[in-house]
Amino acid sequence: MKVGIVTFPGSNCDYDAWHAVQLLGASPAYVWHKETSLDGIDVVILPGGFSYGDYLRAGAIARFSPIMTAVVDHARRGGPVIGICNGFQIACEAGLLPGALLRNANLQFVSDMVRLRVENADTMFTHAYAAGQMLRLPVAHGEGRFTASADTLDRLDQEGRVVFRYVDAAGAVTDAANPNGSMRGIAGIVSAEGNVLGLMPHPERAVEAVLGSTDGLGIFQSMLARVSA
Amino acid sequence: MSRFTVSVHIVPRRGILDPQGQAVTDALHALGFHDVAGARIGRHVVLEVAAADAAAATTSVRDMCGRLLANPVTEDFEIAMVEAT
Repeated sequence: MKVGIVTFPGSNCDYDAWHAVQLLGASPAYVWHKETSLDGIDVVILPGGFSYGDYLRAGAIARFSPIMTAVVDHARRGGPVIGICNGFQIACEAGLLPGALLRNANLQFVSDMVRLRVENADTMFTHAYAAGQMLRLPVAHGEGRFTASADTLDRLDQEGRVVFRYVDAAGAVTDAANPNGSMRGIAGIVSAEGNVLGLMPHPERAVEAVLGSTDGLGIFQSMLARVSA
Repeated sequence: MSRFTVSVHIVPRRGILDPQGQAVTDALHALGFHDVAGARIGRHVVLEVAAADAAAATTSVRDMCGRLLANPVTEDFEIAMVEAT
């Protein structure tokens, strides 16, 4: 299985994504943002970073990179897409996911290990986890405050599309456990069809004990198992 | 075709938490400007546009705002000025 990792000017987590994919025995391939085809690619990862220097809004310009037409087509055909951090911002700007990611509520860049709860373990990206399982994943972003209209938030909740929430040690969604002020503590969501995942934390940086956590593996394992099946 | 300078104000939609606006409001209060009830911080974009007339320039910039310059989920925009240059 081939996992295409899109490199935009300013991407900086593409190597980490490569490492995670390779670790699990799949074949990673970098796809330069100027390319226009995803031929032979089964899964797309939009990696973290600061594409186009976050000019205008994070992800706003990357969303019009030539490759994004093929990425949107791939997603519309049901192809899996994972947007991590800047990739989540790009996926929202491209309309693959609802909402927007705004400047952290405390105006500070946050680089920290956070605790997440798996809200839905019945998606192609989370079935390796148990529902309610707590994860430790790193975050590193300045613009991660998930924001959407109340209607959109209600719909995401009702349809089980909130897959990860920031929680405290007791598993409660609190302001203190929320690193960026995201509405309803939302850390990650999936598209209506369930084939596009966006999340601010970095699962690709939590795939080996030496990195401090292996809790990110489940996302890649879930997705690879489903795509191979 | 004529050239027009078009300026656009893009601000966070009312009701959406704007931490920059809040920080500026707090700072203004600290300076004694207690008449400030709130501030919203956005962007001011000045575009040089070639168009047949001012109306065409406005239409084009409105389209640019809808597609790129403003995020329809969180921001409002206002075309503040269209000037022949």
